[in-house]
Amino acid sequence: MSVEAYFTRHAQTLLGSLGRLVSTPFASAMTITVIGIALSLPLYLNVFLQNARIATENWNQAFDLSVYIDKKASATRTSLIAQQFRARSDVASVRVILAAAALAEFRSSSGFGAALDALRDNPLPDTLIVTPTLSASTPEGGAALKSALAQVPDVETVALDTDWVKRLYSLLDILRRVVLITAGLLGLGVALVVGNTIRLDILNRRMEIEVMKLVGATDAFARRPFLYSGVWYGLGGGLMALGLVEVGVLALSNSVTRLATLYGSSFHLAGVNFGTGLAVLMGSVFLSWLGSWTAATHHIKAIEPS
Amino acid sequence: MIRFDQVHKRYANGREALAGVTLNIASGEMVFLTGHSGAGKSSILKLIALIERPTRGQVWVDTQNTATIRPRGIPEFRSRLGVVFQDHKLIVDRSVAENVALPLIIAGLSQREIDKRVRAALDQVGLLDKDKLRPLELSTGEQQRIGIARAVVAKPKLLIADEPTGNLDPELALEIIQLFKRFNDVGVTVVIASHDVHLIDHLNARRIVLGEGRVTGEAPPHAAQAAAQAASHASLHTASSAAGRPPAGTPR
Ligand SMILES: Nc1ncnc2c1ncn2[C@@H]1O[C@H](COP(=O)(O)OP(=O)(O)O)[C@@H](O)[C@H]1O
Ligand SMILES: [Mg+2]
Repeated sequence: MSVEAYFTRHAQTLLGSLGRLVSTPFASAMTITVIGIALSLPLYLNVFLQNARIATENWNQAFDLSVYIDKKASATRTSLIAQQFRARSDVASVRVILAAAALAEFRSSSGFGAALDALRDNPLPDTLIVTPTLSASTPEGGAALKSALAQVPDVETVALDTDWVKRLYSLLDILRRVVLITAGLLGLGVALVVGNTIRLDILNRRMEIEVMKLVGATDAFARRPFLYSGVWYGLGGGLMALGLVEVGVLALSNSVTRLATLYGSSFHLAGVNFGTGLAVLMGSVFLSWLGSWTAATHHIKAIEPS
Repeated sequence: MIRFDQVHKRYANGREALAGVTLNIASGEMVFLTGHSGAGKSSILKLIALIERPTRGQVWVDTQNTATIRPRGIPEFRSRLGVVFQDHKLIVDRSVAENVALPLIIAGLSQREIDKRVRAALDQVGLLDKDKLRPLELSTGEQQRIGIARAVVAKPKLLIADEPTGNLDPELALEIIQLFKRFNDVGVTVVIASHDVHLIDHLNARRIVLGEGRVTGEAPPHAAQAAAQAASHASLHTASSAAGRPPAGTPR
């Protein structure tokens, strides 16, 4: 067979399969919708996850370490320590709050002026607010920085509250797994739905397949149009899933933006990006193809002319 | 071209359709398989087309022992064979031209070559102007001719037909048989199963008579055939067929 004839034949089969799906619009639409809905669920979860990531990136940047200096150390010593911290590659900035300034600030803002006067010593230590660089702003980076700063002489304690960051991260991680498991299960469902549709299609066209085998068709030849049907189902279902999610994102984005504005954030709900969209389409086509391949291989083999 | 050697065929239900058939059909012959309904005519054709396999004995087609053909090899084997069915077995939702083109599409010919050969085949059966119609828009006789066009379009050396005139009135039946004769005239070996004795009586063609799964006679006696067979098997079947008309008490 010439290469040209081969491609012409495949193109014809591809279009023929499409024509067949179009000729039974109701049944085809049903199958495609089932695939679309099945795939849109993990896709929705994924959109949520992506947006949660984007939203929490900002929170992540927000964590600082509070370094309390030994009260016996002098203000000069405190500023020396601050200088040493600023020189570190994982530190973005260091703000110095001297004990005296802190007390004055507290006195004026709290209204406990008279009570504080009764104290002999300033109870507050000198404090350094250390902001890590962006790359060090991870739970691990924060912990490493914390233990490094704690080693420095005259540092009393270093406080780093990353528990909430850790909790958030593990929550997102669980959610990511949920997305993967859901996608896996529903993907299997898609393959089965398409496989079943193809099975019925094959049984309906049993006579035709028998005839083809009688005039010398191989199983692979008889199977080909059904594989292309599977490809079309997958493409249709994938597009439907993307459409469903885009509509959902559009419907939600206004209220999300409004909510974000209330919290002083410029956060916008992001839809499915190009890469994910492409992956969804390819995955959908592959799963449908797999489903139709399995069903067609099995059922066409079973059809023998008699 | 075809040789059956003590072939038995027992179906899954225990029914013995063929009980030791031995026959020889030379290349270029036109042969009728006759006999009552249930005699085993269709079973013989099914064994030739590898639709069924013999329970015992050997079937040779085109110098090939069919027992050596594995399931994977069946498509290639069938693509070298032309088969015509009583019920035409046309695909109803495809056009006449598409039906006839099927063996060529399977063979992977270019579209131009396919168009050319389909037109030639349709021309040979006299239905060139019906190529765009669907099979059900044609009469039974025309449908049968489409079936024949499909069987010959890939230029097989062997053409087998099971009751190709079964649903046709005598005049149309004769036309169909003459069509087969024309292919035979250009060298195609033709084997036709038919219980229509009147039709075959009109023709001066070799006839193998079957009864109860055995060859019960041959007419007219095929001298070269009989001699060749007698040389290799001194069987009763060959002896009786060489005698001409089926004898009344053919041994079973
Ligand atoms: N697939 C089958 N399963 C069981 N029995 C069969 C099958 N095909 C044919 N037979 C039986 O084998 C015998 C011969 O049938 P067949 O070859 O069709 O004869 P003919 O074509 O001469 O009428 C008949 O008794 C028929 O009932
Ligand atoms: Mg029959």
